[in-house]
Amino acid sequence: MALTLDETIAKQGTTWSSRLLSSQVFWVFIAIVIACIFLAIKQPVFLGQQNLYNITRNFTFTAIIALGMTFVIITGGIDLSVGSVLCLCSMVIATTMHAGAPLYVGVSAALAAGLAVGLFNGVLIAYLGFPSFVVTLGMLSAARSFAMIASNNQTVFQFGPDHDKLLKLGGGAINILGAQLSLPVVYTLVLAAITGFLLRWTKFGRHVFAIGGNEHAATLAGIPVRPIKVVVFMISSLTAAIAGIVETGWLGAVTTNIGAGMELQVIAAAVIGGASLIGGAGTAIGALVGAALIEIIRNSLGLLGINPFWQGTVIGLAIVVAVAFERVRQLRLRD
Amino acid sequence: MPVLELSNISKHFGAIHAVNDVSLSIEPGEVVGLMGDNGAGKSTLVKMIAGNYQPTSGSMKLDGKEVVLHRPVEARRHGIEIVHQDLALCNNLTAAANVFLGREMRFGFGPFSVLDYQGMYKRAGELFRDLKSETRPRDLIKQMSGGQRQAVAIARTMLSNAKVVLMDEPTAAISVRQVAEVLTHIKHLRDQGVAIVLISHRMPDVFSVGDRVIVLRRGRKVADKRIAQSSPEEVTGLITGAIEQV
Repeated sequence: MALTLDETIAKQGTTWSSRLLSSQVFWVFIAIVIACIFLAIKQPVFLGQQNLYNITRNFTFTAIIALGMTFVIITGGIDLSVGSVLCLCSMVIATTMHAGAPLYVGVSAALAAGLAVGLFNGVLIAYLGFPSFVVTLGMLSAARSFAMIASNNQTVFQFGPDHDKLLKLGGGAINILGAQLSLPVVYTLVLAAITGFLLRWTKFGRHVFAIGGNEHAATLAGIPVRPIKVVVFMISSLTAAIAGIVETGWLGAVTTNIGAGMELQVIAAAVIGGASLIGGAGTAIGALVGAALIEIIRNSLGLLGINPFWQGTVIGLAIVVAVAFERVRQLRLRD
Repeated sequence: MPVLELSNISKHFGAIHAVNDVSLSIEPGEVVGLMGDNGAGKSTLVKMIAGNYQPTSGSMKLDGKEVVLHRPVEARRHGIEIVHQDLALCNNLTAAANVFLGREMRFGFGPFSVLDYQGMYKRAGELFRDLKSETRPRDLIKQMSGGQRQAVAIARTMLSNAKVVLMDEPTAAISVRQVAEVLTHIKHLRDQGVAIVLISHRMPDVFSVGDRVIVLRRGRKVADKRIAQSSPEEVTGLITGAIEQV
């Protein structure tokens, strides 16, 4: 039967449920729920307050940076420097406060350091045409070295007159409707909401996706491609700085190996959550879900008494399975 | 009055005279086929109209007023739109998002404005209907046929009431059925009073939708004839140089 043009246009191919069922994030989320139910039955300790506390702590730092990383990955870039930037910014806030600066000065200095690193990365990548992999690989090395110089490679655990305020900023909790919610979780949720809003509802977000989809087309359409690329690297470094500040407050001590190897975990979280390394795809909720899955895997293997050396294998498997899922979907789409 | 008028336009790259002393004019609602062999100067000429290159000498008038275009954005502001050969679409975005790429509709004001999804879907849907295309505003480009992609690229030119649309080989890489679809889109665009410059290697396309054919050879205009008074054989002769000039 022939449909009129209006009917065809009105019949929008995908429904809400079919879109949900075909989304990678949804299935990763289901995997998390199943894992949680299984663990809760098998190891009641899993739901214990101390364990949930551990999970949320490790989860939030990865998740916060994964949110920033998602912007970069959507444009088709990569930021390998985030682990070292986290370390640098932790050291900046630690040393400035150790020297007697108040909390707001320490926080501002750490955020400024993060933004400066992002600006440097972004300008080299967007205006001088360096591959993002190379620039941020260099920064991975340099930023940690700056942190060592700044601290003389010493552990810093005294944060001057505002010491307690900093510990509260990272380790505090607020009471929402009777539930204790640790502050890092609150920060993560707020940042995720901002990220989701920017990506879905603003012109900036739309242009980030356009650059990842077809950079040449974006340029021809008059989109300011280069400034946007600089901004996404600044966002990525800024989230690393925020995670660094919060982690400093949470741990109450900073060493120069904080955040080592974190970049890979962050990228894994974004990819498991549906971000595409060739660019053009990624969501805020995906970054959260990906970070959660990684943390659940790590935590559960420990609780189940499995040799921790297997963690890497299982996380690696999760990355490949998540991406394989996406591949299968794309192949089906092509038919 | 012609909507676009070029007078004695030349473009030299060092010693190479890519376009040499070309004059032409186009009326609103006219489809002009621009033909010529590779290196004849077609794309250089179009790039000058689109603001990518500045002419070495000569002048250009839009609606009777002389203009100098330094950048493609300025050309767009003057109502000159271009459909690129590779279409320049983002595969990961919807049809509507591509139509509005770089000029998204928004609510609110300044930094507090958000994308107007419904408004863009609706307007894009209207444009596709005007083109008699079955393209759906919410579909992703990567799910579309070549003809539908062309419709998206063409719809983009209709957003701002373009006066002149330059189309670079719009039928080069698509199936026969889709070629017919694209030619229909061109006719609908013409019916709305848009002047169209159709760069093509394909004789049948130019002869089916064109009103006039202009042939370039080695940077010079060697023919400017009404389609009805020409023939594919004559145009082929002009392109290859078998016929010197008419």
